[in-house]
Amino acid sequence: MILSVDELQFLYRNTKILDDIAFSISEGEIVAILGPNGVGKTTLLKCLNRILVPKEGVVTVCGDPIASLGLMEVARRIGYVPQRVETGRLTGFDAVLLGRRPHIGWDITEKDLRIVDAAFKKFMIDHLRLHSIDEMSGGELQLIAIARAFVQEPKILLLDEPTSALDLKNQVEILDRIRNIVTDHRIAVVMTMHDLNTALRYADRFIFLKDQSIHTYGDRSIITENEIEAVYGVPVQIGELWGVPCVIPLCLCNGNGNGKEEERDDMIHKKEN
Amino acid sequence: MHLADGELPHDYLGYTYQKVLFILGGIVLLFVLLIVSIAVGAVSIPPVDVIMTLIGQNVTDKWDRIIWNIRLPQALTAIVAGAGLSVAGVAMQSILRNPLASPFTLGISNAGAFGAAVAVIIFGTGLMTSTTAGAVVINNPYLTTITAFAFCMLATVAIIAIAKIKASSPEVVVLAGVALSSLFTAGVMFLQYFADDTQLAAVVHWTFGDVGRAGWPELTLMAVITIAACIYFVANRWNYNAMDAGDETARALGVNVERLRNAGMVVAALVTSVLVSFLGVIGFVGLVCPHMVRRIIGDEQRYLIPGSIVMGAVLLLASDTVARLILAPYVLPVAILTAFMGAPIFIYLLLRGHHR
Repeated sequence: MILSVDELQFLYRNTKILDDIAFSISEGEIVAILGPNGVGKTTLLKCLNRILVPKEGVVTVCGDPIASLGLMEVARRIGYVPQRVETGRLTGFDAVLLGRRPHIGWDITEKDLRIVDAAFKKFMIDHLRLHSIDEMSGGELQLIAIARAFVQEPKILLLDEPTSALDLKNQVEILDRIRNIVTDHRIAVVMTMHDLNTALRYADRFIFLKDQSIHTYGDRSIITENEIEAVYGVPVQIGELWGVPCVIPLCLCNGNGNGKEEERDDMIHKKEN
Repeated sequence: MHLADGELPHDYLGYTYQKVLFILGGIVLLFVLLIVSIAVGAVSIPPVDVIMTLIGQNVTDKWDRIIWNIRLPQALTAIVAGAGLSVAGVAMQSILRNPLASPFTLGISNAGAFGAAVAVIIFGTGLMTSTTAGAVVINNPYLTTITAFAFCMLATVAIIAIAKIKASSPEVVVLAGVALSSLFTAGVMFLQYFADDTQLAAVVHWTFGDVGRAGWPELTLMAVITIAACIYFVANRWNYNAMDAGDETARALGVNVERLRNAGMVVAALVTSVLVSFLGVIGFVGLVCPHMVRRIIGDEQRYLIPGSIVMGAVLLLASDTVARLILAPYVLPVAILTAFMGAPIFIYLLLRGHHR
């Protein structure tokens, strides 16, 4: 068990945002935190590496309660990529090198430079080394930010909506590379997501948040039409394409999901014509 | 593939050497300027004699007196003040995440001017005397300086208190600085309204920042504090890089952002307060220098902080040398020149729309 969360509660100005959160993650797993907007996905992610301090509960990382670790030690175990990445007039190499901060004493060493070099090759972004990050596209910047968190050599990587601002190609490229590093380096990834199909394709386990707490937590088998409708309030149809489940939202026309059958028939009808 | 199996990035290292060269070039330029600045003036001294005198070879007693008592302290003061104001500026821009941030944005210099006005007008430290230069002198410089310093620190404490209440939100801090600036400006105007001619002249004279004001004891104090501040900021260069990457990223990299902000603000304010209270208001150096260096070597704090220190020193020393010569035999206070030079550069930067 690389990360476990027990009875976590988080308050923002006396308003309960998260309550009674408990789950655990093993190495080599990708976990997707899912749920509607404003349910506290990002808040939960930030509680895991103490960017936010929970009111109650214990987060344990590699056997140690996170509250007992210094900020630098937390940074050596957990990497974090925020949803919005800041830019500036510095090169991609500089930006990734910053990820060595938790390991740097007075100054960088050859080892730091070699690790950053390897990360550029690993993420296949060698061409961005000497590019200024304020001239990069959203996808490039996201890769730089993930590479930066990766060179922290963390055991756990937290990603806040890593693909929400990206086009299809960038989404696939980024998540493929994340999958690679998870397999090769046996780290765990926890990411918040909106797109259920992307989550289904890349994640091993899923946390559905609803009403301040975990609605369900488990592997692909928990993703059912009823579950998604209960969490998001939208009727869906789950199909399968080459063994990968696909979630297709249906129309809300009748409000209670009764339109499901008609809509499906409708779609089939259109397809046939 | 194992991570430590990466190669040494020669392309990147080559790129960083250029930045190191820029900084080293600046240091060489600074030494050349120092010699030039000492050599020129009402009496010209051959540069060779300047160098001989500086390394302790007595050329003539006259040169000795001019160099050791007048020109060297003035030139060194320009270097120290330029470096101190510039490093305070570059730190503030990072801390407040605002391109307009500089020691002056926080209202510190206006607070100092108000303190000086209080000393001159209420405590009566201003006095008109007829010296060879025909200048107004302040008959109790220490009381004036101490009062100015006290008000600088008062402004700093107010800023930090406001930042604490609003949990260090950069926008709030900058806006509070603007508010404090106008408050102290109004205070100075109020006092000046009731001042007599002598006092008015003394306050105005104090406000013109002038590096010729400091003697060796003042210079020593300013140098110690400026060097300590420079060491502090250089030591924290990685933390400043992290902070530039965003508060959450910085925190995830193990940096205690709030503590870093508060400590940086105190150090920058302290160095500014000391310089302002001894020398008066020297505008634009703290704002413009870091921007010039950013344009040349970028936002990487490992190079930006030392680069700004060197560039600040070069710029203020060059300005002071020009200010001493431009209307010879009249000697302009350097602050007038920096404002003339700073405003157009600043507007140019705004038009270029360069972030931070």
